[in-house]
Amino acid sequence: MSAIIELKNVSKSFGGITALKKASIKVDVGEVVGLIGDNGAGKSTLIKTLVGVHAPDDGQIMIRGNEVKNWNASKAREAGIETVFQDRALCPQQSIVWNIFMGKELKHRFGFIREKEQVREANKLIREIGFTSKLIDAESPVGNLSGGERQGVAIARAIYNNAELIVLDEPTTALSLIETQKVFDFVDNVKKSGRSVLFIGHNIYHVYDISDRFIVLDRGEVVHQLNKNDIEGPEALMKVMKDAVSKH
Amino acid sequence: MSTKENTFKNLIGKNGRALGSLGYFIILMLVFLIGAPEVMMRPNLHQSVFVMLPVIMFMVIPLVFLVTAGEIDLSFASTFGLSAYIFALLLKAGLDPLLCILIGILSGAVVGILMGCLVVYGRLSSLVASLGALFFIRGFLFVASDSKSISFMEISDHWIYDVLVGKLFGVPMQVYWAALFTIFSYYLYRKHVFGIHIHHVGDNPDSAAQMGINVNWVRISAFMYVGLGAALAGIFSCLINFTWWPTQGFGYLLLALAAVFIGGTPTWGGVGTIVGAVFGVGVIAYMEVGVVAMGMSGVWRQFFNGLIIILAILGHRFHGGRVR
Repeated sequence: MSAIIELKNVSKSFGGITALKKASIKVDVGEVVGLIGDNGAGKSTLIKTLVGVHAPDDGQIMIRGNEVKNWNASKAREAGIETVFQDRALCPQQSIVWNIFMGKELKHRFGFIREKEQVREANKLIREIGFTSKLIDAESPVGNLSGGERQGVAIARAIYNNAELIVLDEPTTALSLIETQKVFDFVDNVKKSGRSVLFIGHNIYHVYDISDRFIVLDRGEVVHQLNKNDIEGPEALMKVMKDAVSKH
Repeated sequence: MSTKENTFKNLIGKNGRALGSLGYFIILMLVFLIGAPEVMMRPNLHQSVFVMLPVIMFMVIPLVFLVTAGEIDLSFASTFGLSAYIFALLLKAGLDPLLCILIGILSGAVVGILMGCLVVYGRLSSLVASLGALFFIRGFLFVASDSKSISFMEISDHWIYDVLVGKLFGVPMQVYWAALFTIFSYYLYRKHVFGIHIHHVGDNPDSAAQMGINVNWVRISAFMYVGLGAALAGIFSCLINFTWWPTQGFGYLLLALAAVFIGGTPTWGGVGTIVGAVFGVGVIAYMEVGVVAMGMSGVWRQFFNGLIIILAILGHRFHGGRVR
């Protein structure tokens, strides 16, 4: 079976600095892949290239076995890839509804918004995600929300479209313990529903717990791809990462 | 807190900027009414205001889109003149007036697109780039027209004159057209995917791009809308005056921008209000006549205009700063 998405020998540099060197990764249906690497290893660049925010300088991007040219963020979302970005990619002055449907609005003909439907769906979603405060309604601006609640909006957006692959870039940064647990529960649910997750984290214990497979990145190169059975525990995974760094 | 109270608070909170602008308009009118009751009660004063108010409206409403998108444009005051010039030339060449109008409007949209491309692909500050375009286009008009105006009295015999700037129930037709344009723009701004993307791009262009919104296209189309509005304003101004002249529209530059900000659209992008802008235009249109009506000598006019603008914008501070 072909992977949901596969990157083949993808390179990307920014003004002379190489951020990715011929990186090849893929995500299969129903698996949780953990992407790890030290700061500056190229995790964010790899993710942003994968989801179409950065255009690769070189290499191929295959969606379900077919190569896609002029890959961009809009195409990625069309292909069923939703992303919870590290910065959450929200517009703080806009309402929760507008943020959830940002870039994928529910439209009538001629591009007018199906407003009532959007509000109804958004209210349902924020209840599903488990927003703590009952006072929050979907039409209040995102800027009034706490960090965890904002993450909730970003996650709500990712699940609304029944994405086949959800990319989570450092989703637990700056979250409380309870909120972090909610994110893990969310990943479990996604996995149970047969969809895939690409999880990026700097906390190796978190990544180890939830992933089926690991990709280790160092200085823009994919240095290891390991299954969970190949690794004894988070400490062993940490050692692999450290060894990779020292070899360079 | 009761739900009723909550709904009321919500209503105020969400429309604070628009209501604020309405407030300034009412206060201004009250001051003028108290200061010069007999002048302000004269219907022909209001009639004269309503002749040119729609022209300002055509410029200001699209500017709300552009400022919400986080950009600014000064060149519209010259696009006004350019589109009107094209309209006047074609009219003089004997083309059907309707066709002249359509081509004139189209030319404004094209100038807007070029302006947008200059800013987006040239990676220029829209303030500086449009400042250049403002003088460039105006300079071109002086050269091309040899600083001579063009008059076309004959247009008043054509049906299109009555339809666009005639009178219906004693109200100039341009008021109805501007009202239609404003209502259409309101829906475009609040309920259409175009307006919503403009909000997102002005609020956080990086987020918008990450969500697959074509940020460049949104910015360019906002510039296009401003060009289109300026062209409409220019053509209406020509029809009202039966004349095109080389400096036409230049005087609206700062007034139209002031109307946007008095109207409650802040400079930082991501939020704005069409309804507020309508009252902003009201303030701008009335403040000039009002100050004179109150018996101030003409030399005080700009002084009071400035005071009104500063007070209004200070007042908008109370509608909350920027949420991040």
